[in-house]
Amino acid sequence: MKLYCLSGHPTLPCNVLKFKSTTIMLDCGLDMTSTLNFLPLPLVQSPRLSNLPGWSLKDGNAFLDKTELIDLSTVDVILISNYHCMMALPYITEHTGFTGTVYATEPTVQIGRLLMEELVNFIERVPKAQSASLWKNKDIQRLLPSPLKDAVEVSTWRRCYTMQEVNSALSKIQLVGYSQKIELFGAVQVTPLSSGYALGSSNWIIQSHYEKVSYVSGSSLLTTHPQPMDQASLKNSDVLVLTGLTQIPTANPDGMVGEFCSNLALTVRNGGNVLVPCYPSGVIYDLLECLYQYIDSAGLSNIPFYFISPVANSSLEFSQIFAEWLCHNKQTKVYLPEPPFPHAELIQTNKLRHYPSIHGDFSNDFRQPCVVFTGHPSLRFGDVVHFMELWGKSSLNTVIFTEPDFSYLEALAPYQPLAMKCIYCPIDTRLNFIQVSKLLKEVQPLHVVCPEQYTQPPPAQSHRMDLMIDCQPPAMSYRRAEVLALPFKRLFEKIEIMPELADSLVPMEIKPGISLATVSAVLHTKDNKHVLQPPPRPAPPTSGKKRKRASEDIPDCKVLKPLLSGSIPVEQFVQTLEKHGFSDVKVEDTAKGHIVLLQEAETLIQIEEDSTHIICDNDEMLRVRLRDLVLKFLQKF
Amino acid sequence: MRKFPKCLNRTAVPDLPVPCKQARVTASFSASQQAELLPGLFGEAGPLGQAAWSAPTVRSGWIQGLRSLAQHPSALPFLADCGTLDTIFSLQGDSSLFVASAAGQLLVHILGLSLQGPAEGPPSPQACDWPVCAQKIVGHIEGSLRSMATPQVTQALNVLTTTFGHCHGPWMQVLWERLSPLVACLLQEDPLPAAHSLVDLLLSVARSPVLSSSDCGLWETLAQTLRRLSPAQAGPLALGILKLQDCPQALRAQAFGVLLQPLACVLTAADQAPGPPGLPEGTTGDSVTVDTLLSSKSACAGLLCQTLAHLELLQPLPQRPSPWPQAPLLGAAVTILRFCNGSAAPASDVGGRLCAILAGCVRVQRAALDFLGALAQETGPQELVTQVSAVLLEYLRSPDSSPTVLKKAFQATLRWLLSSPRAPGCCDLDPDTQLFLRELLPVLRKRLCSPCWEVRDSGLEFLTQVTRHWGGQAGFRHALLASEVPELAEQLLRDPESYVRASAVTAVGQLSSQGLHATAASPEQLGGQKESLLAELLHVLSTDSEGFPRRAAMQVFTEWLRDRHADVAEDTERFVARVLQAASRDLDWEVRAQGLELALVFLAQTLGQPSARCPYAVAAPQATPPGPLAQALRALSRVRLFEFAFRALFDCDRPVAQKSCDLLLFLRAQATPSGGLQEAEGSPDVVPVEAALQRWRAGEQGEPLGDLEPEAVLAVLRSLDLEGLRGALAESSDHVEKSPQSLLQDMLATVGVRGENQADCY
Repeated sequence: MKLYCLSGHPTLPCNVLKFKSTTIMLDCGLDMTSTLNFLPLPLVQSPRLSNLPGWSLKDGNAFLDKTELIDLSTVDVILISNYHCMMALPYITEHTGFTGTVYATEPTVQIGRLLMEELVNFIERVPKAQSASLWKNKDIQRLLPSPLKDAVEVSTWRRCYTMQEVNSALSKIQLVGYSQKIELFGAVQVTPLSSGYALGSSNWIIQSHYEKVSYVSGSSLLTTHPQPMDQASLKNSDVLVLTGLTQIPTANPDGMVGEFCSNLALTVRNGGNVLVPCYPSGVIYDLLECLYQYIDSAGLSNIPFYFISPVANSSLEFSQIFAEWLCHNKQTKVYLPEPPFPHAELIQTNKLRHYPSIHGDFSNDFRQPCVVFTGHPSLRFGDVVHFMELWGKSSLNTVIFTEPDFSYLEALAPYQPLAMKCIYCPIDTRLNFIQVSKLLKEVQPLHVVCPEQYTQPPPAQSHRMDLMIDCQPPAMSYRRAEVLALPFKRLFEKIEIMPELADSLVPMEIKPGISLATVSAVLHTKDNKHVLQPPPRPAPPTSGKKRKRASEDIPDCKVLKPLLSGSIPVEQFVQTLEKHGFSDVKVEDTAKGHIVLLQEAETLIQIEEDSTHIICDNDEMLRVRLRDLVLKFLQKF
Repeated sequence: MRKFPKCLNRTAVPDLPVPCKQARVTASFSASQQAELLPGLFGEAGPLGQAAWSAPTVRSGWIQGLRSLAQHPSALPFLADCGTLDTIFSLQGDSSLFVASAAGQLLVHILGLSLQGPAEGPPSPQACDWPVCAQKIVGHIEGSLRSMATPQVTQALNVLTTTFGHCHGPWMQVLWERLSPLVACLLQEDPLPAAHSLVDLLLSVARSPVLSSSDCGLWETLAQTLRRLSPAQAGPLALGILKLQDCPQALRAQAFGVLLQPLACVLTAADQAPGPPGLPEGTTGDSVTVDTLLSSKSACAGLLCQTLAHLELLQPLPQRPSPWPQAPLLGAAVTILRFCNGSAAPASDVGGRLCAILAGCVRVQRAALDFLGALAQETGPQELVTQVSAVLLEYLRSPDSSPTVLKKAFQATLRWLLSSPRAPGCCDLDPDTQLFLRELLPVLRKRLCSPCWEVRDSGLEFLTQVTRHWGGQAGFRHALLASEVPELAEQLLRDPESYVRASAVTAVGQLSSQGLHATAASPEQLGGQKESLLAELLHVLSTDSEGFPRRAAMQVFTEWLRDRHADVAEDTERFVARVLQAASRDLDWEVRAQGLELALVFLAQTLGQPSARCPYAVAAPQATPPGPLAQALRALSRVRLFEFAFRALFDCDRPVAQKSCDLLLFLRAQATPSGGLQEAEGSPDVVPVEAALQRWRAGEQGEPLGDLEPEAVLAVLRSLDLEGLRGALAESSDHVEKSPQSLLQDMLATVGVRGENQADCY
C-alpha cells in the first residue's frame, strides 16, 4: 500500500493511495498562494497599477501544484472531502487522460461549482491584452525581483480553467450521501462521513475486509452550521491519514469572531466602511449569523451589509435548502418551517443586500458607511480590488481579513502605502492540536500519517511544543513529491465458499476448538472477489467421445489426490533405496534440504522442506517406483 | 392555611422525629428517664430495627435528639451502657453526608462533656481512670487509627480535628500525648492514608492554645509531615503553619519554602538560571515538584492554582513571612501568565513542556491574574512593573482571552492602576500611568463593543471603578474624554442583556457624577442633554423589564441625591417624588428597599442633622440647614414619602418592611423631640391614614392617600408599635419552626392525621 503525496500544502491536500489494485486520489486542492506574486486585476482601469514601472502585466493566475510523480490517467477514483479541496479538479479530469469517477456529496459539488464559477468569472471579466510566458524561462526568472525569482517550478503554473472545463469536470462527479457504502471494483469499499467543517464536508473510510484506512481532511468539532463530525466510525483504523488541520492553531475562532464584531462596530460608529475579503460560502454564513445577533446590541441596525459576488444569490439560497446536511438545531428549524439560517431575515429586512458585481443595481443602492463582503481573499482579483482602491486612502475605513488561506501582509503589498486600518481575524474552525490529540485518543488508529508540517512546531513559534501532533507511535510524515509505503502488510484475503462445497466438508478436530478439513475446489476470481467452487465431477467411466470432449474443457482436475504431510529422514531413505536395489547413492546437502543422487540411474531426488522433486530421464517406471518409496515416509491425509 | 403543608410534610417523613424533637426541646431529661422513654428511643431496642431508620432524615433527627440529650452530664452513663455509642460510631460512615458529619460532631460533643465534667484537674493519662464514655470513644479512635484503612482513619482524624478545634480543657494535652504516637505512625505509611484530614488535624492541634504553648513534639511532627507530603498536599499545611501566631522560625521558613516551590520551578524553567534570584535560600524547584507539574495538565494546573491562591491569602496577613519576596513573586506571576498565553519562549526543556501544558489554561490564567492583582498592594522593581503592565495589556488585548479571564485581567489592572505612584509634588497621575492609560482606553473601547455580554459587562465595571477613584484626576479626565468610551457606555444603556444595562446604568451614573458624562463635554448641548440622562435613567427605572437595571438606576439616584448631583439639586423634590413613585410600583423588592434608602437620604437632608444613631450622620452636609420641622414635614408629604414608607411597612418582603421600620423610627425620633406640634394643632384626623394602613396590612393595594397632614402622620407614627414590629421582623424566618409551639402543632397534626383520613388535605 502506497501513498503518493502531490501537494505540499497541508490544508489543500492531494494524495494518491494505491490500495488493493485500486488507485484512489484523495482530494485535489488548488494552492493559489502563487497568485500573490501577481498584480491585482482591477475591474476599473487603475492608473496607479498600470503606471507601475517594468514587469507590469503578467499572464495566467491560477496554478496547479502537481508533479509527474504518478500518471494521473491511472487514477480510478477521486474522493473529495470538501468544496475547498476540489478546486483543481478540472486540471485533472480534463488534461490528464483521467477516465475514472469522482465521488462527492451534493453540497460539496454545488458549492464547489459556485467557487469555481466565481473564480472563472473574476478572471475572465478582465481579459488580458497581452500575455507573457517567456519569464518562466529559468534564465530570465533568475533576474526577476524576489520573491518571484525564488518561486519553484513556475513552469507548472497554469492559466485558470474555463467554465466549459468546469462543467465537464463536474459532470464526472457521482453524488454520495454520508455513510453510503460505495464498492470500488469489489476490492475496496469507500464511505463518506460527516466531518463537521462545511456543508457536505466529508472524511472518508477506505476499507477492505481486513484493512481500514481513514482519511481525515478538514474536520471541525466546533458547533457551527454543518452536521457534527462523525468520530465513532473512524475507530479501528489501521492507518489514519490526517490533513486539513487549522491553519491558525493559536487563534480561537470564538475570540476571532469577537474581534471581528468589535472592530466592525468601532469602524462603522466612526463613519468608516468595513471591507471583508471572503469566499462566497462557508465562514460567511456563520459571520452573518453572529452579526444578526450582534447588530442590534451594537446599535448598527441602520448600517447596510453588502454581499457582492457573481454567485452571492445562489450561495445564500443554497445554504437554506441543504437542510439534511446541517446541524441538528438548524434542521429542526426547517420543520417549523423557518429558514435554517437567519440571513434570510437580514435579506428580508433589507439589512443584507447581495449583488452579482459592483456594476448595475449596486451602484444605485450603495450607501456609506457600510460593510462589504466580497472576494477574492487574495486581493488579486474580484470586486475586492475595486474597494481596496476606493477605500484604501482613508484611515476611517477598515479591511478585516477572516480567511486564513493567504498572508494578509502579502495580500496588501500592492496596495501600499495604505491609510485604511487592517485587522487580521483569521477564522479557521478546523481541528486544532488539542482537539486532534483528543480525537486520536478516542479513535486509536494503529498508524497516523500526516504532512510534515504537523510533526513539528510552526517555524515562527518553535518553542510551542503544543502546536504539533503528539501521538504514539509517532506520526509518519510526508512532504510534497514523496511516496510513502504505508506501514502494514496485507495478510489475509476473504474467500467465499459455495454452500454445496461447504456442505461436503468433514472437519476433523485436531486439537480442542480447532477443526480442520481438506478442501478441494476451484478458486474462481472475478472483480476482486474470490469464490471457492466445488470441483467438477470426474467424467463418468462410460463416456462417449462427445462427453470426453466436454470434460477436456474443464481445467486439470482428475482424481482427488490425498494431501501429504511429514518429513523424510534422509538416512533412512537412503537405506530404503539401497534395500530396493539402488546402489551408488550419494547425498549432498543444500541450503534448503538435500539432493539424493542415483548416479547409476542418472536420477536426482531433490528433498526440501515443502517439496520433493524426482528428476529422471524419461523413465516413468523408475519415477513411479521412486515416488512410491518417498510416499512411504509420508502420512496421507 | 399554614397547617396543610405541615401535615403533608409529616406524612412524607416517618413519624419518628417528633419524639426526637421532644427530647431536644423539652429538655426534661429526668422526666424522660423516669418514663422509661429513653431506652426505647436511643437504646438498642430503639428505632434501629424499624423501617423508618432507612430514611436519612430519621437518622439525622435521632442524632439531633441525642445531641440535646447529651447536654446533661447525667445522660453519659446511659449513652455508655445502652449501646448508643456503637450506633453513633457506625453512623460516622453513613451514606448521608449530613448524618455522618452530625455523628462525628456528636462524638466530639460527648467526648468533651465526659472529659470536662467530673475531675477538677487534668485527667490522668491512665485510660482506666477516664469516664466510660471517653474510654469508649478514645478506644474507638485508636482502633480506627491503627486500622490504616482510609475511611476509618479519616473519620477518626475528623473527630479529633473538631475536638481540638472546639474544646479547650487541660485534658486535651493528655489526649494528644496519648494519640500523637499513632498519628506519627500514620506518617510512616505509604501511601499516606487520609492526608487531607491529617493536615487538618495537625493544624487544629497547632492552633489549640492548650497545646501550641507547650512543646509536645508538635513542631517536629509538623516539619516531618511537610517533608512527607506531596507538593499538592503540603500546600494547605504550609499555609496553615505560616498563619500560626507562635511558631518556630525554622518551621516557618520550611513551610514558606514548600509554598514557594512550584513558583521556583516555573522561574527556573523560564530562565534556565540555576536558581531564581530573590527567593529565600533553599527554595529551589525540587524534582518532585517538577515531576508533579509535568505529570499532567490537571495536576499542573491544580498545583499552580493552589499555590497562587495560598500566596494570595498570605499576602495581606501581618504574620506573613518577612522579607516578603515581592519581586520574584511578581516575576513568577508574569511568567505563568506568559506561559499560559504562549508568549514566553523558554529555552529549557522543562520550560518547553510547561509551556505546552499551560498554553490556554483558563484556570491558571484566572488564578495568576488574581494573584497579580493582590501583589499590587506593594510595588516592585520598575522593570517588573513595566512587565506587569505589558502582560496585563496583552491579556486585555488578546482575542483569545476568555470572558472570565478578561474580567480578572480588568480587576488586576484596576488594582495596579490604583496603586500606581503619583508624580511627586502634584496630584495628577504619573507619566507612566498616563502612557498606560493611553494604551488601555482603546482596548476598553473595543471590549465595550464585544459581542460577548460578559466582556461588555466587565468593561463597564472597570470603567465605573476607575472613574470612581480617578474621576478628579485631570490626566484621566482628559484621556477618557478623548476616547470614545463615555459614548459607548451610554449606548450600552440599551443593550439587549440586562446585566450589561445594569452595569451601564452604574457606569454612566458614575461618569455623570464626575462630570464625565459623554454629552456633558459639549457645552452647547449642556442643559438639554443633562436632563436627558436623568430622563433616560428614570425611563430605565420605570420601564426596564429586568430587575438589575432598575436596581442599578435606584442606586445611582441615591448616590446622586447624597452627593447633591447638579441634575438633582435643580429640583430635588420633583426628583424624589418621581423616583419614589416609580419605586413604589416596582415588583422587585430590592428596588423598593433601595427606594427606602433614597427616602432615608432625603429625610436626613430635609430634617437636618440626624441623631448619632443614624448611619447618615456624616453624609448630611452643613450647607443645608434644616428648616422648621413643619415645613420639612410638608416637603416630605409633597414627595409622598410617608405613603411610600407606610406602604412598605407591610411589604410582603421582610427586608423592605425592616428598612421602612427603621426609616419611620428615625422619622419619629427626629420629629418628636421638638414636641408640641400636635398639641398646638389639636387632635388631627388620623382615621383615613389608619384605614389605609389596615388595608395595606391585609395585603390590599388600595387607593393612594393623597397629601397627608404631617400632624396626622406623626400621630399615627406615635400610635404604631414600631419597636415591636422591628423586633418581630428581626426574628429569623425559621424561629416559628423551631418554637415549642410549632412542635406541639406538629404533634397534634401527626395525631390528627393518624386519626383521620389525611386525603382531605387536598
